[in-house]
Amino acid sequence: MSGMAVSPARTWQAWRRSGAGDAALAVALLAGLAVVAAVAASVGAAGIPLARLPAALGLWSSSADPSVLARDELVLWSIRLPRIAAAGIIGALLAAGGAIMQGLFRNPLADPALVGVSGGGALAAAATIVAGDRIVAGWTPPFEILPLAAFLGSLATTWILYRIATRENRTSIAIFLLGGLAIAALASAGVGLLVFIADDRQLRDVTFWMLGSLGGATWSKIAVLAPFPVALCLLIPFIVRGLDLMALGEAEAFHAGMDTERLKRLSIVLVSAMAGAAVSFAGVIGFVGIIVPHLLRLMIGPGHVRLLPASACLGAIVLLVADTCARTLAAPAEVPIGILTAVAGAPFFLALLLRQRSLAGL
Amino acid sequence: MSPALEAEAVSVRAGASMLLDRVTFTVMPGETVAIVGPNGAGKSTLLRVLSGEIAPSAGAVRLKGREPRSCRPAALASKRAVLSQHVAVAFPFSVADVVRMGAGDRRGSALDALVDAALVEVDLDSMRDRIIGTLSGGEQQRAHLARVLVQLACGEADHGPGVLMLDEPTSNLDLCHQLDLLAIVGRRNERGTTVLAVVHDLNLATLVGRRILALDHGRLAGDGPAGAIVTDDMLGRVFGVGDAVNRVPPGPFVLPQLAKRLDRG
Repeated sequence: MSGMAVSPARTWQAWRRSGAGDAALAVALLAGLAVVAAVAASVGAAGIPLARLPAALGLWSSSADPSVLARDELVLWSIRLPRIAAAGIIGALLAAGGAIMQGLFRNPLADPALVGVSGGGALAAAATIVAGDRIVAGWTPPFEILPLAAFLGSLATTWILYRIATRENRTSIAIFLLGGLAIAALASAGVGLLVFIADDRQLRDVTFWMLGSLGGATWSKIAVLAPFPVALCLLIPFIVRGLDLMALGEAEAFHAGMDTERLKRLSIVLVSAMAGAAVSFAGVIGFVGIIVPHLLRLMIGPGHVRLLPASACLGAIVLLVADTCARTLAAPAEVPIGILTAVAGAPFFLALLLRQRSLAGL
Repeated sequence: MSPALEAEAVSVRAGASMLLDRVTFTVMPGETVAIVGPNGAGKSTLLRVLSGEIAPSAGAVRLKGREPRSCRPAALASKRAVLSQHVAVAFPFSVADVVRMGAGDRRGSALDALVDAALVEVDLDSMRDRIIGTLSGGEQQRAHLARVLVQLACGEADHGPGVLMLDEPTSNLDLCHQLDLLAIVGRRNERGTTVLAVVHDLNLATLVGRRILALDHGRLAGDGPAGAIVTDDMLGRVFGVGDAVNRVPPGPFVLPQLAKRLDRG
């Protein structure tokens, strides 16, 4: 009987009031991240056994063969670690971005990739590559420009989507999802058109970028990405209570004292920046933004003060696992990471839909 | 004493239709006012304007002397609390979580006591850890009432007696909990809270409000004590119903069994 359902977060709630629950959750997530990162650093074409990892990291000196150590250090610092950092950052941005968007639109199925926000960013980035080359022949835009272009593209799409779905302070979920679908299709068609008109050189750039591999991670690219998670951490405290209140509806949130206009602006800019940064680095990666917050809501409840940091952390873990699978499953070839997250995420999404359907009594 | 609420020739226009048409009245602190009227008369719109949710197209609204739209939402929330008719909570928050949302950023044992008291008052103490979406419509309405009571108490602790605005607060409640609601409103009013309630049921309106505002097609059709408003004449003009009002102490009551529909042309 659904009427008798007890909050799955009940035990957590009783526990976390003591404060111990939050600490345990943080420790568990960070420990999980450390373990996954260690495994990711260890496996690959040039394997570094876990026992040699501390020495290669420079944590303590090793009696091992200096040439082995030098090779380990090279692989670890120039290939593995930047890639691990990129996967962690992008996973965190995708999952936390999904959680913010779901809170803002009051819908657990909202995901920047699904409703075209990532697609808008992808279109803007692809247009930058092609148009940039048209305007200045032979010019490949530096990587630093792509996140900005993708951010602006994502911002524009989110804003359009919001305007389409909202009327008189009420956001229609059906129109939001269907409008998002149309925008995603339009953005995808736009990217297709750019591919069509691109010359060989531009095509190579666009395709390389669209495949969305994390393989090209370098420390200088990480430096471009790094401000985004920092901004997320700084802004989270300003939006968590507002996102909780938004669960009541926009009018109720206002009645309860929330400046809903400010909350919406801040959240939209934040989600667009996060989706744009992720897409500019790794292409469109779907479903991480849906699965991670949903699982966490079941475990720790829907309160955003815990949900957003926990989503960022679990998102980093999930994408790190996905990326490690992507580069080892078919080694030496790499499976595009977006395919992996879709294969794992789409059935999950369908299960979620079916569950919602049964809740709605259909 | 300055008024708790003032509406000065308030009009609200949506496209070509006038939802409210030059409505003027004043509510003094500590009054209880029921707003009645047929479907589409503008009752809920009036509440939305008075609470600051929407701006009037013309005229002026003042809440404790200030235009609500000129206040920051947080400041406004400490002066008035609003219970809307339908609230659907999007995520699986527990009842206690939702009630706590009324308190803003406040934390601590005083708030815990306030939340506990509100849950007891609306008879939901045993369901505090249930997910609100799994509750019945009436139970959800009571949970939101508790949330609004917490907001009111927090505001009154800082700024003195506030204004409680209720939109059809009994629409999903059984008879027992309707009586509870009347008692809750009565207790707040005794402490000085001004109460403004849109009430569908005319009998309930006479119990909720010592004063009744009747709206018809966006215009104020009547304003006075229950005995002066709930009359066959007024019901005929506003609702198109005749022979409905009966008088038994302590006041008038409406008996649908004996009423007949009037042809108003």
